[in-house]
Order: sequence, then structure tokens, then C-alpha cells
Amino acid sequence: MNALKRLWHRLGSPRWFYEISGPWAVGALIIGLVGIAVGLVWGLAIAPPDYLQGNSFRIMYLHVPFAILSQSCYITMGLAGAVLLIWRMKLADMVVAAAAPIGVVFCSVALLTGSIWGRPTWGTWWVWDARTTSTLVLLFLYFGVIALRQAIPREETAGRAAAILAVVGVIDIPIIKYSVDWWLTLHQTSTFKLTSAPSMPPEMYLPLLVGVLGFYAFFFGVLLFAVGNEVLVRERRTQWVGDLVRSRAS
Amino acid sequence: MSFDSWHDFLYMGGHYPFVWSSYAIGVLGIVITLVRPLRARRRFFAEQAQQLRRQSNASQVNSQSNNSSKNAEKASASGSS
Repeated sequence: MNALKRLWHRLGSPRWFYEISGPWAVGALIIGLVGIAVGLVWGLAIAPPDYLQGNSFRIMYLHVPFAILSQSCYITMGLAGAVLLIWRMKLADMVVAAAAPIGVVFCSVALLTGSIWGRPTWGTWWVWDARTTSTLVLLFLYFGVIALRQAIPREETAGRAAAILAVVGVIDIPIIKYSVDWWLTLHQTSTFKLTSAPSMPPEMYLPLLVGVLGFYAFFFGVLLFAVGNEVLVRERRTQWVGDLVRSRAS
Repeated sequence: MSFDSWHDFLYMGGHYPFVWSSYAIGVLGIVITLVRPLRARRRFFAEQAQQLRRQSNASQVNSQSNNSSKNAEKASASGSS
């Protein structure tokens, strides 16, 4: 508990975060990229074809991790937004700023690959059903957070406005998650559930599991690195960043 | 291995346009996510270093021009005396 408290206080120092996060970011990125590569190659070449969908089901090994991560990224952003609004921690604002562009890419890839998968499986590129629509809303929420930050000139006001949108937008996450259970949709229900065994054989779900874990590590690494960038930009007039620039330049 | 030959692998049981375009988009997404912050950091240090050089140049020019104006003052002072 004391260690946790100490960590919390230290997070108030962007410089401390920058210095500590560097090695963590590199480690997470390496683990993540290896995990993603293993998951994708395994899913693409080694896992058996689906008895109904044939080989088009291999899109799952990309689509599902990107979809899961686009939601996890939003939850991270929403939590950071709440921390900013409640405790006014500067670092939380930087997390919101760093997470939004990552989320845009993840969510776009999830929607695009879903659309491509839908063509051979559902016979259509797009349906306005609950899950696809709520995921599209998620993409717009990410755009909204970025737009708010850019539209308001005063940095602090912009950060608070974006944080409010990030927090309110979290409502969309349970809607995405439970949409396939609440409404009758084309989209199938989740493969992984915490309460029961997966609805796939191990040779199909193991590569997916490896891929998803790899994507989490990758996201963690990229986020740490991007927050580090935010720290540098905002502290660029301080002595320690100046020293860093000089030591890099020489 | 789920495929007997390279041709089988690339053909994906006829689903190759969907499978391979998805993987292309996915890999592109990973590359963009990774490269964007890396480039941002490089750009930050490059810009700051440039600014630092500009500042030190400016201060050098300033001190030089100050010196020369002082010299000129001295010269004019010695000339008038």
C-alpha cells in the first residue's frame, strides 16, 4: 500500500515518468512484436481452417486483437480522463493525448478488417447492426477527443474538455461488449469468456490468445513511449530536457 | 502446417483477396502505430537541437556585434581625443 502511494506521488513528476518508462517501453514493444508475429503466423499458416468459413476465418487473428485493443485503449483513456478531472494530474492529460491517435488506428483497422471479413461470411461489407454501429461510434469518440484538444487554444481547458468526453464515452464500451447478447445481430458472440471455456478447439484459440497478449504488450509499450513524447514537448523549456537535448546533439 | 504448398497458402481456398487484404491493413496499422511516436521523438530532438544551435549562434553574433560596436566606440573615442 505504501509502495502504491509512493508510486502515485511520483507520477506527479513527468521527469521521473520519462526516465523510468524508457526501458519498460522498449521491453514491452519487443515482447509485443514477437507475440504479434507468432500469433499471426500461427493463425495464418498453422491453425486448421474453419469447417464452415474455410480460410477466411483467419482474418479473426487480426480483427479480434485490434477490436479488443481499440476498446481497452478507450478504457485506458477514460480512466486517465477521470484521474485528470479528479486529481488534476498532468500525466493523466498526457495519457489521454497519447492514447487517442493509437485508438484511431486500432479502431479503424478493426472496422476495416471486420468489413472485409463480412463480405465472404455475411455476404455484405457493412451492416448497421448493434456491434458494428457502436464500434463506429467508438471511432468517432476518438476523433472527438482529438478534435476537442485541437479546437480549444488554452491547454488546460482543452485537456479537461477532452477528458470529459473520454469519460462519458466509456458508456459505449459495455454497449459494444453486450450488443451481441442484447440484440439479435449478425455479429457472433465473443470467443473468449471469463466464465466458460472457449467455443473453439485449442489449435484455433491458442494463436489468438498469444496474439491478443502480444497486442496488449505492444499497446503498453507504444503508449509509454508516446506519453514520454508528450512529457518532452511540455517540459521542453526546463533544464533537464535542455540537458537531454544537448547530450543527444553532441 | 495447414497447407500443402505455397500455392495453397497464398490461394487461401479462394478467400485470398479477403485474407491478404486484411493482413495488409493490419500490418500497416501496426507499422503506423509503431513508427508515428518514434518519428515524433526523433523530430523533437532534431528541432530542439536546431533551436539550441540557433540560440548559441545568435548569442555569438550578439556578443561579436557588441564587441565591434564597443571597439568602434573606443576608436571614435580615441579619434576625438
